[in-house]
Amino acid sequence: MLSALPIDRFQFAFTVTFHYIFPQITMGLALLILILKTQALRTGEEIYNRSARFWIRIFGITFALGVVTGIPMEFQFGTNWAQFSREAGGVIGQTLAMEGVFAFFLESSFLGLLLFGEKRLGPRAHWGAALALFLGSWLSGYFIIATNAWMQHPVAYLIGPNGRFGLASFVGLLGNPWAWWEFAHNMTGAVVTGSFVMASVGAFYLLSNREHEFGRLFVRTGVIVGLIAAVLMVFPTGDSESKMVATNQPATFAAMEGLFHSQKGAPIAILGQPDMVKRRLDNPLTIPRVLSFLTYRRWGAEVKGLSSIPENLWPDQVPLVYYCYHIMVGLGTIFVAVLVICGFLLWRGRLFHSRAALWALMLALPFPFIANTAGWITAEAGRQPWLIYSLMRTNQGFSSQVSSGNALFTFVGFMGLYALLSLLFVFLTWREIGRGPGMV
Amino acid sequence: MATVWFCLVSLMLAIYVVLDGFDLGAGIIHLFVGKTLEERRAVIGSIGPVWDGNEVWLLATGGTLYLAFPELYATGFSGFYLPLIIVLWLFVLRGTSIEFRNAVESPVWIPFWDVLFGFSSLLLALFFGAALGNIMRGVPLDASHRFFEPLWTNFRVGAVTGILDWYTILVGLAAVAALALHGALWVALKTEGDLEQRAARVARPLWGLVVLFTALITVATFALQPQLAINLRRYPWGYAFPALAIFGLAFIMIFLRRSRMKAFLASCAYLLGMLSSATFGLYPFVLPSRTDPAFALTIENSQAPAYGLHVALVWWIVGMILAAGYFTHTYRRFAGKVRPGEGYGH
Ligand code: HDD
Ligand code: HEM
Ligand code: HEM
Repeated sequence: MLSALPIDRFQFAFTVTFHYIFPQITMGLALLILILKTQALRTGEEIYNRSARFWIRIFGITFALGVVTGIPMEFQFGTNWAQFSREAGGVIGQTLAMEGVFAFFLESSFLGLLLFGEKRLGPRAHWGAALALFLGSWLSGYFIIATNAWMQHPVAYLIGPNGRFGLASFVGLLGNPWAWWEFAHNMTGAVVTGSFVMASVGAFYLLSNREHEFGRLFVRTGVIVGLIAAVLMVFPTGDSESKMVATNQPATFAAMEGLFHSQKGAPIAILGQPDMVKRRLDNPLTIPRVLSFLTYRRWGAEVKGLSSIPENLWPDQVPLVYYCYHIMVGLGTIFVAVLVICGFLLWRGRLFHSRAALWALMLALPFPFIANTAGWITAEAGRQPWLIYSLMRTNQGFSSQVSSGNALFTFVGFMGLYALLSLLFVFLTWREIGRGPGMV
Repeated sequence: MATVWFCLVSLMLAIYVVLDGFDLGAGIIHLFVGKTLEERRAVIGSIGPVWDGNEVWLLATGGTLYLAFPELYATGFSGFYLPLIIVLWLFVLRGTSIEFRNAVESPVWIPFWDVLFGFSSLLLALFFGAALGNIMRGVPLDASHRFFEPLWTNFRVGAVTGILDWYTILVGLAAVAALALHGALWVALKTEGDLEQRAARVARPLWGLVVLFTALITVATFALQPQLAINLRRYPWGYAFPALAIFGLAFIMIFLRRSRMKAFLASCAYLLGMLSSATFGLYPFVLPSRTDPAFALTIENSQAPAYGLHVALVWWIVGMILAAGYFTHTYRRFAGKVRPGEGYGH
């Protein structure tokens, strides 16, 4: 009989990946809505308010799904990862509880005001509600990232007499350097998603020859904000994350890069499939010395390969880590290219007439989601076989008394339920977009 | 320190039950008091802007429990695996039915979500009651402080217990009745016309049921959980908690005619009284054992290390002051009756 462990892992991975579809939209849109409301306040033009109202409605639908899929995440730490919670609760309980107490209360209270309070509040206070919502959703992102960062790079802990982890320094936990770069990179990723959503809806309106004014505003805002975010994605945030991984998790890094053998002046792999039996990349397409330079800023620096690390410390899914990392970086490069071209056309005043560029923006919609998901899989599958890096193995953390039959039952249930939620989400947002901002 | 956190977590849980209790209760009576789609829209409208915030109290309570008593969180959540995951599914269904019911004007769409909303609210109340029942009764812990319970075994309170047995079902039904009453009083407070009258009318028989169930579970709990009597003997001031519940219950009936607001507040007092009696009766246990009492989880053996609990107290107080601020603000903004046409929906 299959052990419960792989099922627990699949269930957690599935539910969190599904959950993260929604927060990346809301955290990105929260910033864009704040920008629209700020412009409305500054210029007094009604189009900004109407656009904000339209996006707040999309935000509302997405938020509801973020909430209902987020609650299971919190519970699963106890239900499926009991031993982990028992041992690490003394540390990550801090950030998880702070997320509830500081962020979720803020968000849930102000979303109501933003949705229903525009008439009662007046323009300034309504702008304030948009600001509060932005702070709440980014704060909640910070606390959950700080939790994850502690699992990637445990700091500020002590080991108690019973072997349990306890907090040693509150400031140390919140100031974990890993958390700050992870947060910066991840939030920029959310802004990329939000910007592409906005630009893509705008491009859809322009190509369908309706809602012209709104379409232009959405495309313009999406392209400008998206361009800034896409560049920040690569540098400095993505670059710094890679360096952190290379220094602190050498096995993960070697798996991400598909580097089997340690090398001075290591090449970077653009294409190629890891062959785990022969320990090499099949049909590799590489650029010599670039990996060494990117990682250590020296062309001849030595980069550790997998073979220099004991095999029981390798991520158990090396090819998965490799592919996901390459998908993320590949898409990140493509986003910069597409947005630079669109930004250039916008500057020359030609973007709204270039059907090719509008088509590209419209069809780009799914890719930021793919990039964000791939990034998370890189981080999480790359952390294996550790649950808490270098401190606790994944196979020591799950709930041993929950049988695999029970775990499979709930996993299948989640899949069914979430299939329904996906249909619902697509249906409702599609209707909202079909109705358009002009109706509000 | 452990005692302080025991009280704080109990307090948060009680606030959660009082707040989310009325929107769960509104869901339970929804199909019975709302005869037309418009009236049902008004029921949803009365909880629309606040239900999510209410539910956050559960998350914040969960987070705080995780922070202060990680051992309890781990043991309890994995031992109650099945009912908890089912509760999660019900939350998902209930949340979506509130948020999306009004999204499409269709005679097929709206009734579907209405029924789902009523059904999930009812089952949630039942499961919450049963969960409380399980904790009061104790669970079959082993020497390493672990257990796992199936949904049911033979419905007896014997050596091999399931989540559902006659006692926990009784507590579950008591919770359904109490929250239905709480919800009816809320709907009566927040709506107008026929709907208000009907909600006030169902409150009477519900009140009778609550009195009956309260008496039954009180007797049964004293019989099953000796700690309750021990604590009352040791700390006689603890009689204040059941007294609060009894006064609350009595005042609901007294105020029912005269003041909707006071009747609702009396119901809040009843719920607070019941929950605080339960947690008071458990102390210092947090998860009693049905096997060897030495295997039980207490506040001492399940608490997190000291430093974390000290710092957390500081930020917890700050956070709660902020949260109280948002909540008073939101409830003020949406004070008064729900007016027709002011429906909740996107
Ligand atoms: C739009 C999405 C997106 C894009 C375009 C990129 N990333 Fe990313 N990346 C993420 C979205 C993301 C993410 C999903 O948000 C992750 C997962 C955890 C985190 O903090 O961010 C992530 C993690 C992540 C990690 C950490 C892996 C680990 O912890 O093991 C590294 C090293 C990079 N990224 C590097 C890059 C580089 C060099 C990029 C250059 C193009 C890049 N990312 C583009
Ligand atoms: C193990 C992982 C996670 C857990 C336990 C978790 C928990 C939750 C919970 C309980 C909610 C509902 C809050 C409410 O009622 O308002 C929620 C929503 C949210 N989560 Fe997660 N979450 C996880 C992963 C993430 C990640 C990785 C992010 C982003 C960085 C994120 C960002 C958010 C945001 C912004 C919300 C607000 C709702 C929304 O905007 O859709 N979460 N999460
Ligand atoms: C939303 C973004 C996230 C995604 C897409 C994601 C994805 C995944 C994936 C794919 C796995 C399975 C890895 C494997 O088994 O090989 C996993 C495991 C896990 N992740 Fe994440 N994760 C996210 C955020 C988080 C956060 C914020 C936390 C902590 C707070 C977290 C905690 C865990 C835990 C406890 C496991 C299970 C143990 C394991 O298999 O490592 N994840 N996640």
